[in-house]
Amino acid sequence: MGIPFEDGNFSLFVRGFLGTIELSALSALFAVLLGVLLAAFRVSPVPVLRTFGTAWVTLFRNTPLTLLFFAVTFVLPRLDVHISSFTAAVVALSAYTGSFVCEVLRSGINTVSLGQAEAARSLGMGFGQTLGLVVLPQAARSVIAPMGSVFIALPRNSAIAGAFNVFELFSVQKTLTEKGYAIFAIFFWLALAYLVISFSIGAVFNALERRAAVAR
Amino acid sequence: MSTRTASVLFDVPGPRARLRYRLFGAVGLVGIAALFWWIVSTLADEGQFDAELWNPFQYTVVQQRLLDGVLATLKAFGLAAVGSLLLGTLLAVGRLSDHRAVRLPCTWIVQFFRAMPLVIMIFALWQAVFTAEPLWALVTGLTLYNGAVQAEIIRSGINSVPRGQAEAAYALGMRKTQVMTLVLIPQAVRAMLPTIIGQLVVTLKDTSLGYIITYPELLFQGKWVAQNGDGYPYIPVVLVITPIYIALCLALTALAHWLESRSRRGANRRGTAAA
Amino acid sequence: MKARRTVAVALSVLALTAVAACGKDGSPSSSTDNKSGAAAAQLPTYKVNAAAKLDASPAWAAAKQRGKLRIGAKSDQPFLGFEDVQTGKRNGFDIEIAKMIAADLGFDPETQIEWKTINSSARETSLSGDQIDLYVGTYSINDNRKKLISFGGPYYIAGQSLLVNKDNTDITSPESTKDKAVCTVTGSTSIGNIQKYGAKVTQFESYSLCVEKLLTKEVDAVTTDDAILKGYAAKNQGKLKVVGDPFSKERYGVGLKLGDAALQKAVNDALKAHEDSGDWKKAYDATLGLSGAAAPSIPELDPIAG
Repeated sequence: MGIPFEDGNFSLFVRGFLGTIELSALSALFAVLLGVLLAAFRVSPVPVLRTFGTAWVTLFRNTPLTLLFFAVTFVLPRLDVHISSFTAAVVALSAYTGSFVCEVLRSGINTVSLGQAEAARSLGMGFGQTLGLVVLPQAARSVIAPMGSVFIALPRNSAIAGAFNVFELFSVQKTLTEKGYAIFAIFFWLALAYLVISFSIGAVFNALERRAAVAR
Repeated sequence: MSTRTASVLFDVPGPRARLRYRLFGAVGLVGIAALFWWIVSTLADEGQFDAELWNPFQYTVVQQRLLDGVLATLKAFGLAAVGSLLLGTLLAVGRLSDHRAVRLPCTWIVQFFRAMPLVIMIFALWQAVFTAEPLWALVTGLTLYNGAVQAEIIRSGINSVPRGQAEAAYALGMRKTQVMTLVLIPQAVRAMLPTIIGQLVVTLKDTSLGYIITYPELLFQGKWVAQNGDGYPYIPVVLVITPIYIALCLALTALAHWLESRSRRGANRRGTAAA
Repeated sequence: MKARRTVAVALSVLALTAVAACGKDGSPSSSTDNKSGAAAAQLPTYKVNAAAKLDASPAWAAAKQRGKLRIGAKSDQPFLGFEDVQTGKRNGFDIEIAKMIAADLGFDPETQIEWKTINSSARETSLSGDQIDLYVGTYSINDNRKKLISFGGPYYIAGQSLLVNKDNTDITSPESTKDKAVCTVTGSTSIGNIQKYGAKVTQFESYSLCVEKLLTKEVDAVTTDDAILKGYAAKNQGKLKVVGDPFSKERYGVGLKLGDAALQKAVNDALKAHEDSGDWKKAYDATLGLSGAAAPSIPELDPIAG
């Protein structure tokens, strides 16, 4: 049962765990950037950008992540784009998660009632002030919970990268399975690792939610 | 959406703003066109539009394979959808139980399976239990994970049903089971239908994880065409398979919209106040 | 909006059915033979031994009951275990070996074999889990695997080698792969062998994916048994080459369920019979031999323990 503490498996576990963390953290960062950009496109008054945003979100929300990984791994090199497996995984995960982030942000902005923004504008606030002081703070409240589930899903989804030559926890599972350890014992330790990750993220978002709830 | 004159963020644009928007639009269009042109021209340069690469798709064997892949995908999805909805309902009711002995385990199960990566679950199940039947490893994994997610959706649906509904049912002398099955769950499912279907779309997409455990679903069959076809038609395969997946998911979403509009009509006919 | 979406879906479904309605039947003659392996004319034919009786083997008995022998193989290795995209038929040296064994076990190789494509990493699992009766697909006999399954054979000796792009001059031997990106398959014996030389290993679940990565210059070399590599080099004529002397000894065996001694013996008897009758050589010449490599000598069968 103590697999991580036998013949050098500990370093394997640590490497896998860090691989998952690194991949998830980087993808989260880019997913937020991309999501904000796409959301800006989708709520902008420019039809071309709106269409582009909608098309992007439709494409990436309805494509399986595994297919996306497959495409990034085997299609990009054919387009003469050469990136490492890790970078490819970050690209796939960010493009996928970014479209979910965009949808959460957009529906959050849409929950703010029209009168709020109109009132802000009639007070003479500019676009930046309206957005920053009135609309976004109110949108944030309804965004935090769904955003939390998007980011709890991210490390879970990152496990697929293990099938595409990125070393993370799924790779650890495959390696140990090959070494012939009991499959459910391996699963136990991996489950523990993922529970730690998802509870930590959950805790962060719960704290955020509490703060936002107070700020009414 | 487009009929709204002003959105939360913008007033109705005046002439100067309209000009500015058009300018942005033009710049955006040029940018997007450039991106497209780059993709298409690179593909053409790399000879990805050569007839030879697209040849495989003309053969009945390949078409049959892809069709089999679609059917295998749908089979796994159908089983997992039914399984996860049943499990989700059970767990949701379990979490609302009056008995701690029922409530706590259900809560733990839901929390545990929501945190587990599907790949890792499916892989373990395949290696340990369903060595001969990757389909069942896939379906079991999908059912456990999506069941846990659906449980949370259904539970919040049950909680959103106005309290008077349950009280009225008890007043009529119904038992708890009857209140759940006849009054609360139907209304909860109706209220949460869009979210439930949204999760079913996720279930459908996740069937592609079968690729990793050699279940011959669409992506797996696509890979076979890509690696055995002359000239390795990876790009043509991706260009063929992606629209199929998107069409399947959109069809499911369209179904959700249709069901929703129907159920709303039904509700209006009976004249109950919309919750 | 909604109506438009429904129409779009309907259109895409229509488009798919329209495409499906104009399928071409591939015939072996329409594809160029040197591309996809076996030339049907020179392949040996195998006489089905209808009298075969092997009740001591549960796997055989179940297969007889079923009327099909389930054989696991690879589907993406040209000249070894390959599935033709146009005809859906399998060809290659491993496939021929499987057919001759099936014939001797009393199954018609053309109609009574149920082929299953199984990746390297899933071989032991599928044998011990009764997913298949036999596995014939570049399966190296080694002690670790013997704990999980039994082997018949060996029927071929290969050695690990390197496949590089034609214009590559810096990789000539395993020693020169230090710090180079080398691709191989998850669950194969090649990984440990090449890591010793300090190569950066990339892993995918099939050699085809590795070859794809090599063709797009994402990796510097692909390493595995020379037999597999020769097949790929022949299929991608003029783009790839096999370099260096083999630096390991891989003895290909026929995988079967652990402890099924009766089946193991029958497999060995079948191999022996066909090796002696010249079928083995004929099969080689019509498959792997097309890559220009001369037939190696036929290996001695392992004694059956216990």
